[in-house]
Amino acid sequence: MAKITYIEHNGTNHTVEVQNGLTVMEGAVQNNIPGIDADCGGSMACATCHVYVKEDWFDKINKKNEGEDDMLDQAYEPKKNSRLSCQIIVSDDLDGLIVDMPYKQT
Amino acid sequence: MIKTDALIIGAGPTGLFTAHQLKLIGLDCEIVDNLDKIGGQCIELYPDKPIYDIPAVPECTGEELTNNLINQLKPFDIKFHLSERVDEVKKDGDKWIVKTSKGTLFTTPNVIIAGGVGSFEPRKFSVEGHEKFENKSILYSIKDKNIFKGKTVSIFGGGDSALDWAIELSNNCNVNLIHRRDEFRGAQATVDKVHELTKSKKINLFTKFQLKKINGSNKIESIDIEDDDKKIENLKTDYVLGFFGLIMQLGPIANWGLNIDKKTVEVDTEKFETNQKGIYAVGDICNYPGKLKLILSGFHEGALAARACFKLARPNEKYRFEFTTSSKTIKNRLGVKVD
Repeated sequence: MAKITYIEHNGTNHTVEVQNGLTVMEGAVQNNIPGIDADCGGSMACATCHVYVKEDWFDKINKKNEGEDDMLDQAYEPKKNSRLSCQIIVSDDLDGLIVDMPYKQT
Repeated sequence: MIKTDALIIGAGPTGLFTAHQLKLIGLDCEIVDNLDKIGGQCIELYPDKPIYDIPAVPECTGEELTNNLINQLKPFDIKFHLSERVDEVKKDGDKWIVKTSKGTLFTTPNVIIAGGVGSFEPRKFSVEGHEKFENKSILYSIKDKNIFKGKTVSIFGGGDSALDWAIELSNNCNVNLIHRRDEFRGAQATVDKVHELTKSKKINLFTKFQLKKINGSNKIESIDIEDDDKKIENLKTDYVLGFFGLIMQLGPIANWGLNIDKKTVEVDTEKFETNQKGIYAVGDICNYPGKLKLILSGFHEGALAARACFKLARPNEKYRFEFTTSSKTIKNRLGVKVD
Protein backbone atom coordinates (compact mmCIF):
# COMPACT_ATOMS: atom_id res chain seq x y z
CA MET A 1 0.00 0.00 0.00
CA ALA A 2 1.28 3.46 -0.84
CA LYS A 3 -0.13 6.95 -0.37
CA ILE A 4 0.12 8.67 -3.74
CA THR A 5 -0.58 12.31 -4.42
CA TYR A 6 -1.81 13.32 -7.85
CA ILE A 7 -1.69 17.03 -8.57
CA GLU A 8 -3.89 18.36 -11.34
CA HIS A 9 -2.51 21.07 -13.59
CA ASN A 10 -4.72 23.60 -11.82
CA GLY A 11 -3.12 22.68 -8.50
CA THR A 12 -5.90 20.49 -7.09
CA ASN A 13 -4.42 17.71 -4.93
CA HIS A 14 -5.71 14.18 -4.63
CA THR A 15 -4.07 11.86 -2.12
CA VAL A 16 -5.22 8.25 -2.24
CA GLU A 17 -4.03 4.89 -0.96
CA VAL A 18 -3.14 2.57 -3.81
CA GLN A 19 -2.73 -1.17 -3.44
CA ASN A 20 0.63 -2.76 -4.18
CA GLY A 21 0.91 -4.24 -7.65
CA LEU A 22 -1.46 -1.77 -9.29
CA THR A 23 -0.06 0.92 -11.52
CA VAL A 24 -0.09 4.62 -10.71
CA MET A 25 -2.48 4.99 -13.67
CA GLU A 26 -4.93 2.47 -12.18
CA GLY A 27 -4.73 4.26 -8.84
CA ALA A 28 -6.00 7.41 -10.51
CA VAL A 29 -8.66 5.76 -12.68
CA GLN A 30 -10.09 3.64 -9.84
CA ASN A 31 -10.37 6.71 -7.64
CA ASN A 32 -11.94 8.86 -10.37
CA ILE A 33 -9.07 11.33 -10.30
CA PRO A 34 -9.37 13.60 -13.34
CA GLY A 35 -6.40 14.28 -15.57
CA ILE A 36 -5.35 10.78 -16.55
CA ASP A 37 -7.18 9.43 -19.61
CA ALA A 38 -5.44 6.07 -20.19
CA ASP A 39 -7.13 5.63 -23.57
CA CYS A 40 -5.34 2.37 -24.39
CA GLY A 41 -6.03 0.85 -20.98
CA GLY A 42 -2.42 0.44 -19.89
CA SER A 43 -0.88 -1.40 -22.82
CA MET A 44 1.73 1.33 -23.42
CA ALA A 45 0.13 2.02 -26.78
CA CYS A 46 -0.78 5.67 -26.24
CA ALA A 47 0.52 8.54 -24.16
CA THR A 48 -2.60 9.66 -22.32
CA CYS A 49 -1.60 8.64 -18.78
CA HIS A 50 1.40 10.96 -18.91
CA VAL A 51 2.62 12.37 -15.57
CA TYR A 52 5.59 14.35 -14.32
CA VAL A 53 7.33 12.63 -11.42
CA LYS A 54 8.74 14.95 -8.75
CA GLU A 55 12.54 15.11 -9.13
CA ASP A 56 13.47 13.38 -5.88
CA TRP A 57 11.20 10.45 -6.75
CA PHE A 58 12.21 10.03 -10.37
CA ASP A 59 15.31 7.92 -9.62
CA LYS A 60 13.57 5.86 -6.93
CA ILE A 61 10.79 4.39 -9.06
CA ASN A 62 11.20 1.52 -11.51
CA LYS A 63 13.11 2.51 -14.65
CA LYS A 64 11.40 3.26 -17.95
CA ASN A 65 10.41 0.27 -20.00
CA GLU A 66 11.70 -0.24 -23.50
CA GLY A 67 9.42 1.70 -25.77
CA GLU A 68 8.11 4.01 -23.06
CA ASP A 69 10.17 6.95 -24.32
CA ASP A 70 8.89 6.27 -27.83
CA MET A 71 5.36 6.78 -26.57
CA LEU A 72 6.38 9.80 -24.49
CA ASP A 73 7.61 11.43 -27.72
CA GLN A 74 3.92 11.54 -28.59
CA ALA A 75 2.77 12.95 -25.25
CA TYR A 76 1.56 16.48 -24.60
CA GLU A 77 4.57 18.57 -23.51
CA PRO A 78 6.97 15.84 -22.40
CA LYS A 79 9.76 16.86 -20.03
CA LYS A 80 12.83 15.22 -18.53
CA ASN A 81 10.78 13.84 -15.63
CA SER A 82 7.92 12.54 -17.79
CA ARG A 83 6.62 9.00 -17.28
CA LEU A 84 3.66 6.96 -18.39
CA SER A 85 1.80 6.27 -15.15
CA CYS A 86 0.66 2.86 -16.46
CA GLN A 87 4.30 1.77 -16.28
CA ILE A 88 4.90 2.75 -12.64
CA ILE A 89 4.13 -0.19 -10.38
CA VAL A 90 2.97 0.63 -6.87
CA SER A 91 4.80 -0.88 -3.89
CA ASP A 92 5.40 0.11 -0.24
CA ASP A 93 8.53 1.95 -1.43
CA LEU A 94 6.35 4.39 -3.34
CA ASP A 95 4.59 5.63 -0.18
CA GLY A 96 4.50 9.42 -0.46
CA LEU A 97 4.98 9.55 -4.24
CA ILE A 98 3.86 12.79 -5.84
CA VAL A 99 3.03 13.10 -9.53
CA ASP A 100 2.02 16.20 -11.45
CA MET A 101 -0.39 15.93 -14.34
CA PRO A 102 0.08 17.82 -17.60
CA TYR A 103 -2.26 20.58 -18.76
CA LYS A 104 -4.02 17.98 -20.90
CA GLN A 105 -3.48 14.47 -22.24
CA THR A 106 -4.73 14.75 -25.81
CA MET B 1 -26.16 11.48 -51.77
CA ILE B 2 -25.50 7.84 -50.87
CA LYS B 3 -28.51 5.88 -49.65
CA THR B 4 -27.79 3.03 -47.27
CA ASP B 5 -29.65 1.00 -44.64
CA ALA B 6 -26.98 1.69 -42.04
CA LEU B 7 -23.85 3.79 -41.82
CA ILE B 8 -21.07 2.57 -39.55
CA ILE B 9 -18.61 5.07 -38.13
CA GLY B 10 -15.34 3.31 -37.37
CA ALA B 11 -13.60 0.43 -39.13
CA GLY B 12 -12.19 -1.23 -36.02
CA PRO B 13 -13.08 -4.81 -35.05
CA THR B 14 -16.51 -3.83 -33.71
CA GLY B 15 -17.41 -1.83 -36.83
CA LEU B 16 -16.28 -4.67 -39.09
CA PHE B 17 -18.22 -7.37 -37.27
CA THR B 18 -21.30 -5.14 -37.07
CA ALA B 19 -21.11 -4.80 -40.86
CA HIS B 20 -21.04 -8.59 -41.10
CA GLN B 21 -24.12 -8.88 -38.91
CA LEU B 22 -25.99 -6.29 -40.99
CA LYS B 23 -25.17 -8.05 -44.24
CA LEU B 24 -26.20 -11.45 -42.83
CA ILE B 25 -29.67 -10.16 -42.06
CA GLY B 26 -29.92 -8.57 -45.49
CA LEU B 27 -29.17 -4.92 -44.85
CA ASP B 28 -26.75 -2.68 -46.78
CA CYS B 29 -24.12 -0.72 -44.99
CA GLU B 30 -21.13 1.51 -45.64
CA ILE B 31 -18.24 2.29 -43.31
CA VAL B 32 -16.45 5.60 -42.70
CA ASP B 33 -13.11 5.85 -40.87
CA ASN B 34 -10.74 8.74 -40.33
CA LEU B 35 -7.66 6.50 -40.55
CA ASP B 36 -6.27 5.66 -43.98
CA LYS B 37 -6.57 1.94 -43.26
CA ILE B 38 -9.00 -0.62 -41.87
CA GLY B 39 -8.58 -1.93 -38.32
CA GLY B 40 -8.88 0.98 -35.87
CA GLN B 41 -6.85 0.76 -32.68
CA CYS B 42 -5.90 -2.84 -33.48
CA ILE B 43 -3.98 -1.74 -36.53
CA GLU B 44 -2.85 1.71 -35.40
CA LEU B 45 -1.87 1.07 -31.78
CA TYR B 46 -1.00 -2.61 -31.45
CA PRO B 47 -0.71 -4.43 -34.80
CA ASP B 48 2.01 -6.71 -33.39
CA LYS B 49 0.71 -7.21 -29.88
CA PRO B 50 -0.89 -10.58 -29.19
CA ILE B 51 -4.51 -10.67 -27.99
CA TYR B 52 -5.54 -13.72 -25.95
CA ASP B 53 -9.24 -13.22 -25.26
CA ILE B 54 -11.03 -13.46 -28.58
CA PRO B 55 -13.46 -16.40 -28.24
CA ALA B 56 -12.14 -19.53 -29.98
CA VAL B 57 -8.95 -17.74 -31.03
CA PRO B 58 -6.25 -18.67 -28.50
CA GLU B 59 -3.84 -16.01 -29.70
CA CYS B 60 -3.72 -13.45 -32.50
CA THR B 61 -2.20 -10.03 -33.10
CA GLY B 62 -4.16 -6.87 -33.79
CA GLU B 63 -3.21 -7.17 -37.44
CA GLU B 64 -4.24 -10.83 -37.70
CA LEU B 65 -7.57 -10.10 -36.04
CA THR B 66 -8.19 -7.28 -38.51
CA ASN B 67 -7.27 -9.44 -41.49
CA ASN B 68 -9.55 -12.24 -40.31
CA LEU B 69 -12.45 -9.83 -39.91
CA ILE B 70 -11.81 -8.43 -43.39
CA ASN B 71 -11.76 -12.00 -44.76
CA GLN B 72 -15.03 -12.73 -43.04
CA LEU B 73 -16.53 -9.77 -44.93
CA LYS B 74 -15.29 -11.05 -48.30
CA PRO B 75 -18.66 -12.50 -49.40
CA PHE B 76 -20.14 -9.04 -49.13
CA ASP B 77 -19.57 -5.92 -51.09
CA ILE B 78 -19.04 -3.23 -48.50
CA LYS B 79 -17.91 0.24 -49.37
CA PHE B 80 -15.27 1.77 -47.11
CA HIS B 81 -14.72 5.52 -46.95
CA LEU B 82 -11.25 5.82 -45.44
CA SER B 83 -9.41 9.02 -44.46
CA GLU B 84 -12.81 10.62 -43.93
CA ARG B 85 -14.17 11.80 -40.63
CA VAL B 86 -17.88 12.08 -40.02
CA ASP B 87 -18.38 15.74 -39.20
CA GLU B 88 -22.15 16.20 -39.17
CA VAL B 89 -25.16 14.08 -38.35
CA LYS B 90 -28.48 15.87 -38.91
CA LYS B 91 -32.05 14.72 -38.61
CA ASP B 92 -34.14 14.73 -41.78
CA GLY B 93 -37.62 13.33 -41.12
CA ASP B 94 -37.12 9.70 -40.14
CA LYS B 95 -33.65 9.63 -41.71
CA TRP B 96 -30.24 10.94 -40.76
CA ILE B 97 -28.11 13.00 -43.13
CA VAL B 98 -24.45 12.34 -42.50
CA LYS B 99 -21.65 14.49 -43.89
CA THR B 100 -17.95 13.65 -43.87
CA SER B 101 -14.85 15.85 -43.86
CA LYS B 102 -14.50 15.22 -47.60
CA GLY B 103 -18.08 16.28 -48.25
CA THR B 104 -19.49 12.78 -48.86
CA LEU B 105 -23.20 12.76 -48.00
CA PHE B 106 -25.25 9.82 -46.79
CA THR B 107 -28.92 9.43 -46.07
CA THR B 108 -29.76 6.55 -43.76
CA PRO B 109 -32.27 5.55 -41.07
CA ASN B 110 -29.45 4.06 -38.96
CA VAL B 111 -26.10 5.44 -37.80
CA ILE B 112 -23.91 3.07 -35.80
CA ILE B 113 -21.06 4.71 -33.93
CA ALA B 114 -18.26 2.18 -33.49
CA GLY B 115 -15.73 4.88 -32.86
CA GLY B 116 -13.52 3.43 -30.11
CA VAL B 117 -12.03 6.31 -28.16
CA GLY B 118 -12.73 8.72 -30.99
CA SER B 119 -10.98 9.49 -34.23
CA PHE B 120 -7.25 9.44 -34.69
CA GLU B 121 -5.89 12.92 -35.25
CA PRO B 122 -2.32 14.17 -35.44
CA ARG B 123 -0.88 15.44 -32.16
CA LYS B 124 -0.40 19.18 -32.58
CA PHE B 125 2.09 21.70 -31.24
CA SER B 126 1.13 23.29 -27.95
CA VAL B 127 2.99 26.63 -28.13
CA GLU B 128 1.01 29.81 -28.14
CA GLY B 129 -0.14 31.19 -31.46
CA HIS B 130 0.43 28.03 -33.50
CA GLU B 131 -3.19 27.90 -34.67
CA LYS B 132 -3.00 30.85 -37.04
CA PHE B 133 -0.21 29.22 -39.05
CA GLU B 134 -1.79 25.77 -39.12
CA ASN B 135 -2.39 24.28 -42.59
CA LYS B 136 -0.38 27.18 -44.06
CA SER B 137 3.14 27.00 -42.72
CA ILE B 138 2.62 24.59 -39.83
CA LEU B 139 1.74 21.15 -41.15
CA TYR B 140 1.20 17.69 -39.69
CA SER B 141 1.17 15.80 -42.98
CA ILE B 142 2.53 16.48 -46.44
CA LYS B 143 0.35 16.46 -49.51
CA ASP B 144 2.69 18.15 -51.99
CA LYS B 145 6.39 18.11 -51.19
CA ASN B 146 7.14 20.55 -54.03
CA ILE B 147 5.96 23.53 -51.99
CA PHE B 148 9.11 23.16 -49.83
CA LYS B 149 11.60 23.39 -52.70
CA GLY B 150 14.44 25.79 -51.87
CA LYS B 151 12.83 26.68 -48.52
CA THR B 152 13.88 26.12 -44.94
CA VAL B 153 11.84 23.42 -43.24
CA SER B 154 11.97 22.62 -39.51
CA ILE B 155 10.82 19.10 -38.77
CA PHE B 156 9.89 18.01 -35.22
CA GLY B 157 9.68 14.39 -34.12
CA GLY B 158 11.72 11.22 -33.70
CA GLY B 159 9.75 8.53 -35.50
CA ASP B 160 9.80 7.23 -39.05
CA SER B 161 7.61 10.00 -40.49
CA ALA B 162 9.86 12.75 -39.16
CA LEU B 163 13.06 10.99 -40.24
CA ASP B 164 11.80 9.90 -43.66
CA TRP B 165 10.68 13.43 -44.51
CA ALA B 166 13.92 14.93 -43.19
CA ILE B 167 15.87 12.64 -45.53
CA GLU B 168 13.55 13.20 -48.48
CA LEU B 169 13.38 16.98 -48.15
CA SER B 170 17.15 17.34 -47.60
CA ASN B 171 17.48 16.77 -51.37
CA ASN B 172 16.28 20.24 -52.23
CA CYS B 173 15.49 22.10 -49.00
CA ASN B 174 17.35 23.36 -45.99
CA VAL B 175 16.26 20.93 -43.28
CA ASN B 176 16.32 21.36 -39.50
CA LEU B 177 15.43 18.21 -37.59
CA ILE B 178 14.48 18.74 -33.96
CA HIS B 179 13.77 15.99 -31.43
CA ARG B 180 13.24 16.08 -27.66
CA ARG B 181 15.88 13.40 -26.92
CA ASP B 182 18.90 11.96 -28.70
CA GLU B 183 17.40 8.56 -29.40
CA PHE B 184 15.08 8.02 -32.34
CA ARG B 185 12.33 5.47 -32.66
CA GLY B 186 12.61 5.14 -36.44
CA ALA B 187 14.03 2.14 -38.29
CA GLN B 188 17.79 1.73 -37.71
CA ALA B 189 18.71 2.20 -41.39
CA THR B 190 16.74 5.46 -41.43
CA VAL B 191 18.38 6.68 -38.23
CA ASP B 192 21.84 5.86 -39.70
CA LYS B 193 20.98 7.81 -42.84
CA VAL B 194 19.93 10.84 -40.79
CA HIS B 195 23.25 10.78 -38.91
CA GLU B 196 25.12 10.48 -42.20
CA LEU B 197 23.25 13.46 -43.66
CA THR B 198 23.91 15.39 -40.45
CA LYS B 199 27.64 14.79 -40.84
CA SER B 200 27.57 15.98 -44.43
CA LYS B 201 25.61 19.06 -43.27
CA LYS B 202 22.55 18.22 -45.39
CA ILE B 203 20.46 18.06 -42.20
CA ASN B 204 20.86 20.36 -39.20
CA LEU B 205 20.12 18.13 -36.24
CA PHE B 206 19.01 19.51 -32.86
CA THR B 207 18.41 16.89 -30.19
CA LYS B 208 17.04 17.43 -26.68
CA PHE B 209 15.30 20.51 -28.03
CA GLN B 210 11.59 21.32 -28.19
CA LEU B 211 9.60 24.11 -29.80
CA LYS B 212 9.35 27.11 -27.50
CA LYS B 213 8.08 30.01 -29.58
CA ILE B 214 6.98 30.93 -33.08
CA ASN B 215 8.03 34.35 -34.35
CA GLY B 216 6.29 36.24 -37.15
CA SER B 217 3.01 38.02 -37.70
CA ASN B 218 1.56 37.05 -41.07
CA LYS B 219 4.04 34.37 -41.89
CA ILE B 220 6.53 32.44 -39.79
CA GLU B 221 9.90 34.15 -39.75
CA SER B 222 11.72 32.06 -37.18
CA ILE B 223 11.22 29.72 -34.27
CA ASP B 224 12.85 29.49 -30.86
CA ILE B 225 13.74 26.03 -29.66
CA GLU B 226 14.77 25.27 -26.10
CA ASP B 227 16.82 22.41 -24.68
CA ASP B 228 16.64 20.67 -21.30
CA ASP B 229 19.01 23.26 -19.78
CA LYS B 230 16.79 26.12 -21.01
CA LYS B 231 19.30 27.08 -23.69
CA ILE B 232 17.48 28.74 -26.59
CA GLU B 233 18.37 28.62 -30.28
CA ASN B 234 16.69 30.77 -32.89
CA LEU B 235 16.12 29.14 -36.28
CA LYS B 236 15.00 30.99 -39.40
CA THR B 237 12.38 28.88 -41.09
CA ASP B 238 9.63 28.97 -43.70
CA TYR B 239 7.76 25.83 -42.67
CA VAL B 240 7.32 23.89 -39.43
CA LEU B 241 6.33 20.24 -39.62
CA GLY B 242 5.22 18.21 -36.59
CA PHE B 243 5.24 14.41 -36.58
CA PHE B 244 4.27 13.39 -33.05
CA GLY B 245 2.04 10.46 -33.90
CA LEU B 246 -1.72 10.22 -33.61
CA ILE B 247 -3.94 10.85 -30.64
CA MET B 248 -7.57 9.88 -30.23
CA GLN B 249 -10.15 12.64 -29.98
CA LEU B 250 -13.86 12.31 -29.55
CA GLY B 251 -14.18 15.12 -32.08
CA PRO B 252 -17.50 16.06 -33.68
CA ILE B 253 -19.40 13.16 -31.99
CA ALA B 254 -19.70 15.51 -29.01
CA ASN B 255 -21.97 17.79 -31.08
CA TRP B 256 -24.66 15.34 -32.14
CA GLY B 257 -26.94 15.74 -29.16
CA LEU B 258 -25.98 12.43 -27.55
CA ASN B 259 -25.69 11.75 -23.82
CA ILE B 260 -21.94 11.69 -23.33
CA ASP B 261 -20.12 10.88 -20.10
CA LYS B 262 -16.34 10.63 -19.87
CA LYS B 263 -15.89 10.38 -23.62
CA THR B 264 -18.38 7.53 -23.92
CA VAL B 265 -21.96 7.47 -25.22
CA GLU B 266 -24.83 6.19 -23.10
CA VAL B 267 -26.89 3.40 -24.68
CA ASP B 268 -29.57 0.92 -23.73
CA THR B 269 -28.65 -2.76 -23.66
CA GLU B 270 -31.47 -4.00 -25.85
CA LYS B 271 -30.69 -2.13 -29.06
CA PHE B 272 -27.52 -0.26 -28.10
CA GLU B 273 -29.41 2.82 -29.13
CA THR B 274 -28.43 6.25 -27.84
CA ASN B 275 -30.89 8.90 -26.70
CA GLN B 276 -31.42 9.64 -30.43
CA LYS B 277 -33.64 7.22 -32.30
CA GLY B 278 -31.67 5.47 -35.06
CA ILE B 279 -28.25 6.35 -33.64
CA TYR B 280 -26.49 3.47 -31.93
CA ALA B 281 -23.13 3.18 -30.20
CA VAL B 282 -21.19 -0.08 -29.93
CA GLY B 283 -17.73 -1.14 -28.80
CA ASP B 284 -15.41 0.89 -26.59
CA ILE B 285 -17.31 4.12 -27.18
CA CYS B 286 -20.59 2.95 -25.62
CA ASN B 287 -21.40 2.97 -21.97
CA TYR B 288 -24.01 1.10 -19.90
CA PRO B 289 -24.04 -0.51 -16.45
CA GLY B 290 -21.54 -3.36 -16.48
CA LYS B 291 -19.82 -2.31 -19.72
CA LEU B 292 -16.54 -4.11 -20.40
CA LYS B 293 -14.13 -2.61 -22.92
CA LEU B 294 -13.42 -5.93 -24.59
CA ILE B 295 -13.47 -6.73 -28.29
CA LEU B 296 -15.89 -9.60 -27.61
CA SER B 297 -18.36 -7.18 -26.00
CA GLY B 298 -18.22 -5.04 -29.14
CA PHE B 299 -19.20 -8.05 -31.24
CA HIS B 300 -22.25 -8.73 -29.09
CA GLU B 301 -23.27 -5.08 -29.06
CA GLY B 302 -22.95 -4.87 -32.86
CA ALA B 303 -25.09 -7.97 -33.34
CA LEU B 304 -27.92 -6.46 -31.31
CA ALA B 305 -27.64 -3.01 -32.87
CA ALA B 306 -27.85 -4.64 -36.32
CA ARG B 307 -31.23 -6.23 -35.43
CA ALA B 308 -32.48 -2.86 -34.22
CA CYS B 309 -31.43 -1.35 -37.56
CA PHE B 310 -33.64 -3.85 -39.38
CA LYS B 311 -36.79 -2.37 -37.85
CA LEU B 312 -36.02 1.12 -39.13
CA ALA B 313 -34.62 0.05 -42.50
CA ARG B 314 -37.45 -2.41 -43.28
CA PRO B 315 -40.44 -1.03 -41.35
CA ASN B 316 -42.89 -3.20 -43.31
CA GLU B 317 -41.06 -6.48 -42.90
CA LYS B 318 -40.82 -8.74 -39.91
CA TYR B 319 -37.33 -9.72 -38.84
CA ARG B 320 -36.86 -13.47 -38.75
CA PHE B 321 -34.14 -14.94 -36.52
CA GLU B 322 -32.08 -17.51 -38.41
CA PHE B 323 -28.86 -19.49 -37.95
CA THR B 324 -26.03 -19.48 -40.49
CA THR B 325 -25.88 -23.29 -40.19
CA SER B 326 -29.41 -23.83 -41.46
CA SER B 327 -30.79 -20.76 -43.25
CA LYS B 328 -30.94 -20.96 -47.05
CA THR B 329 -31.41 -17.21 -47.26
CA ILE B 330 -28.27 -16.52 -45.26
CA LYS B 331 -26.30 -19.11 -47.22
CA ASN B 332 -27.31 -17.38 -50.42
CA ARG B 333 -26.17 -14.07 -49.03
CA LEU B 334 -22.86 -15.65 -48.11
CA GLY B 335 -22.60 -17.25 -51.51
CA VAL B 336 -22.03 -20.72 -50.05
CA LYS B 337 -23.49 -23.99 -51.25
CA VAL B 338 -27.03 -24.72 -50.13
CA ASP B 339 -27.59 -28.42 -49.30
